[in-house]
Amino acid sequence: MPDPHRITRDDVAHVARLARLSLTDEELDRFTGQLAHILDHATGLAALDLGAVEPTTHPYPLSNVLRDDVVGSTLDRDEVLGQAPAAQDGMFRVPPVLGEAP
Amino acid sequence: MSELSTAVEMAAAVRSREVSARELVDRSLDAIEARDGEIHAFNLVTADAARAAADAVDAKVAAGEDPGPLAGVPIALKDNLCTRGVPTTCSSRILEDWHPPYDATVVAALSGAGAVSVGKTNLDEFAMGSSTENSAFGPTRNPRDPARVPGGSSGGSAAAVAAGYVPLSLGSDTGGSIRQPAALCGVVGVKPTYGLVSRYGLVAFASSLDQIGPFASTVADAALMLEVIAGHDPLDSTSIPEQVPDISAHLGDGVAGLRVGLVRELLGEGIADDVRRRVEQAAEALAAAGAKVDEASVPAAAYGLDAYYLIAPAEASSNLARYDAVRFGLRVDAPTTPEMYDVTRTAGFGDEVKRRIMLGTYALSAGYYDAYYGTAQKVRTLIRRDFDRAYDGFDLLLSPTSPTTAFAFGDKTDDPLTMYLNDVCTIPTNLAGDAAMSVPYGTGDDGLPVGVQVLAPALGEVTMFRAAAVLEASAPTEGTER
Repeated sequence: MPDPHRITRDDVAHVARLARLSLTDEELDRFTGQLAHILDHATGLAALDLGAVEPTTHPYPLSNVLRDDVVGSTLDRDEVLGQAPAAQDGMFRVPPVLGEAP
Repeated sequence: MSELSTAVEMAAAVRSREVSARELVDRSLDAIEARDGEIHAFNLVTADAARAAADAVDAKVAAGEDPGPLAGVPIALKDNLCTRGVPTTCSSRILEDWHPPYDATVVAALSGAGAVSVGKTNLDEFAMGSSTENSAFGPTRNPRDPARVPGGSSGGSAAAVAAGYVPLSLGSDTGGSIRQPAALCGVVGVKPTYGLVSRYGLVAFASSLDQIGPFASTVADAALMLEVIAGHDPLDSTSIPEQVPDISAHLGDGVAGLRVGLVRELLGEGIADDVRRRVEQAAEALAAAGAKVDEASVPAAAYGLDAYYLIAPAEASSNLARYDAVRFGLRVDAPTTPEMYDVTRTAGFGDEVKRRIMLGTYALSAGYYDAYYGTAQKVRTLIRRDFDRAYDGFDLLLSPTSPTTAFAFGDKTDDPLTMYLNDVCTIPTNLAGDAAMSVPYGTGDDGLPVGVQVLAPALGEVTMFRAAAVLEASAPTEGTER
């Protein structure tokens, strides 16, 4: 492994933003230490010669899986929308996406 | 009726009308009522639905119809398996009030086979953990010693069988989440070959590793349940097309002539002496039954843990992006949609889930992808190759399931890595996509159960269960050799 720098508090704040999580200062400190510890352990992988090794994304070789193009049953729309926090006129309802009044 | 303890016996008795499905389910519900306040195996007990399902089985029997191979057998379902109209929480606040609009394929298969679900069992939140201490609804206790954890993440399903509430339950295993709690609770737990059992309706954690499988008190019961849930499913594109193996028919075939390898890399440092002794005893028992036992080597298995804790969080960070407060699950109100995402996810996920999402996001992020995720995927290839090489010389491999017996609450919660090390023996199988199972094999120095892991190549279930049956028959009587 090409020696990535140790994960910093700023890195953790950045990935938390990407993952849509808000962390308190205390959480940032704690998670930074814990993630660094876990990633340090993984530096052992650097000892392996992986130059000619292909990555494995999936344990079982399956090619494209297609179904027959026939109409089948689908989930009931009202039952699905019934699980939504808010729904209106057959659609999911959310607050303004861009921060403007609807 | 009191002598009925296994699923095989129960189903036979229901079919021959020796006992009604209703009596069996009532007995199960009584057992839960008597002890689950202490054990907390269940997040939800669906007593009314269970009685109605049992009555339907009895009606079929009365009408002379085939009630199915699991007729009237009470079962429990891990609470990350979708049940239509019945809460499916993943032991997370973010799904606390979710009623799925469909059944998982395995749930429908069990119901079609006459099994009667009595409820949903506790787990580490989103199946991330090895002790159930990460459940948002409080931990499950180990029925063998309530001061100890039951293991995890499927701790509730393991405890439900160990406590005698039900003879069978379902769990899911991404890095050991069936086998490790089975070992710690003293029951049988099976991680089938990846793709043998449909994942449709299993709430996704790490999709290239997740697999559903049975817990049981006997090897024969586990085989029976696996045969019911296995099989191709067009709703899961990773479901393999092979025929369901006839495991039960070969349970008594023995191990004469089979080549069994003790995995050197999984018996060394970090494995407790009492656990190692039981594994060696298990190997001797297989040899006494005619197997050719020798030392095997899977060198890359030593790197499995590190590869797993990059790959699984990476997949989790992607899978758990769907919890956005829009279509289902928790919503915490906020003035805008982006703020709503933040406050909902921050309030809805527990610490371990947040840790793994961030770890995965980091491993996949620009600049680090090749170093972490890319490297881990290559290590996965090495593990696959090393297993292939080992299975050239051996039919089955043997190892501990868990490095120790059940530990105490709070023992490993301070440092996540310490908790992760519990999975060191089970993770390689998930990365390879192979089959493995844990079989109880006596107790450790503390009198608590030890599990021996039998590993098999992909679709090697029939052979794996033959060895498991021999181990079950030869298992040391608990307490005699402490």
